[in-house]
Amino acid sequence: MIDLQPFWLTLKLALTTTAMLLVLGVPLAAALTASKSRWKPVTEAIISLPLVLPPTVLGFYFLILFGPSHGLGRFIEHYFDMRLVFSFPGLVIASTIYSLPFMVQPVQAGMASLPANLAEASGSLGKTKLQTFLHVTLPNIKPSLLTGIVLSFAHTIGEFGVVLMIGGNIPGETKVVSIAIYEEVESMNYAAANIYAGVLFAVTFLILLVVYFVNRHYFVKRYS
Amino acid sequence: MITIKLQKTLDSAQGTMALDLAVSLQQGEFIAVNGPSGAGKTSLLRMTAGFMNPDGGNICVEGDTWFNKDKKINIDARKRDIGFVFQDHALFPNMSVEGNLRFALAKGQDDRIVPELIEMMELGELRNSHPERLSGGQKQRVALARALVRRPKLLMLDEPLAALDPAMRHKIQNLLRTAHTEYGLTTLMVSHDVAEIYTLASRVLVMEAGKITLDGSPDKVFTDRRISGKFQVTGQVLKIEQEDIVYVVTVQAFNQIVLVVVSRADVTDLLVGDKVLVSSKAFNPMIIRIGR
Repeated sequence: MIDLQPFWLTLKLALTTTAMLLVLGVPLAAALTASKSRWKPVTEAIISLPLVLPPTVLGFYFLILFGPSHGLGRFIEHYFDMRLVFSFPGLVIASTIYSLPFMVQPVQAGMASLPANLAEASGSLGKTKLQTFLHVTLPNIKPSLLTGIVLSFAHTIGEFGVVLMIGGNIPGETKVVSIAIYEEVESMNYAAANIYAGVLFAVTFLILLVVYFVNRHYFVKRYS
Repeated sequence: MITIKLQKTLDSAQGTMALDLAVSLQQGEFIAVNGPSGAGKTSLLRMTAGFMNPDGGNICVEGDTWFNKDKKINIDARKRDIGFVFQDHALFPNMSVEGNLRFALAKGQDDRIVPELIEMMELGELRNSHPERLSGGQKQRVALARALVRRPKLLMLDEPLAALDPAMRHKIQNLLRTAHTEYGLTTLMVSHDVAEIYTLASRVLVMEAGKITLDGSPDKVFTDRRISGKFQVTGQVLKIEQEDIVYVVTVQAFNQIVLVVVSRADVTDLLVGDKVLVSSKAFNPMIIRIGR
């Protein structure tokens, strides 16, 4: 029978990555929305790079950067006793960067589409920027947050090139479903590859279906 | 007393404009700000509120300095003790009517003011509704109530009634006047409507191209003009029709329709939508009491 471990590992990776992206991506989107800096396009371009670069390019640079023979990798290994290449933590960091645009872009678009005077009104009522962010901004961009969460989650599930470059194929550590499919095909084991692929296909389709249903319901309820 | 001195270079459709004004407001005054679009009325309010930074000047409110360029003081909007009513309401869509008001409460503030304002603004039946379910007039009443929750020193309204029908406009004008007296407010309101200014304001500032060009009571500012009719109302041209050799101009003056017969020479300058002054010298207006 097929090994179920890649499924759990994929789920764990996707959940951890999405959580990391919520913590990092939402404040980043807020900062970009508020920014009037002339460097804003540069930041936006860097964040969007994973959309166009081949995953192998990113994976290759991560490999160099996190490798124990270079500055950052050596520093982390020396001070945190953690190796980021061919390990789960390295996979999480790489996935987070790789899926960053999928969280930042919808959330930033949602924030930009909120009328600016909502924040001004909140300020005139004596509320701090943080209170405004938590009680006014976030509750009013729920569809964008949901889109960001689901796209990041689904994109992490579908990731292959970056994982292969930086994670390799270590069972229980870095062997996610997409890698498992590749491995089964390589060893001519089409039946197992078929099961892995079929499950991944069904799960991602269901996730997207739920999002579109929820978003439609939300808009129908609010704007009809 | 509130003293406002502001300088700011503004980018407008007609190019850059230098806003430069100085004005002092007495406590309890109801001041209307009138003038053509792009004159800097909204900018005056936004800078006073702290939403926009002036290039220079100072704002002093009852001894507290809110802004002083030379002393590098610029108090954040949230500490300025203001109420601000936006033209498009800016209600929080995720909160109910009551939620919008409760959100405005300061930490530790007595929350009895919330039901009090809900009653004053006649919002009782709507207290649990969300803003997207409300009409324009209802939204503006919520916005006004919300701006009053913190009992601000200075209430500012940016053309709050411009998008409303005459009946609703009249109703909110009354509520606004009640609130102004009841809460001892100093109120600064942008308005294009001369009738509204007459109804509410004790003083008018007329702004043109970033400067205050007239400052005085509505009577002084609006009737001290070239035409000395015995009877005059302002209105808007709805229709211009030719009938034989004369023209009939239909004018909406406040909530009445007036037909004015004019000659060809008089209509060459008129377009539908123009603001006009209808005056008459030839007859004596009569006054008959119709209610009390």
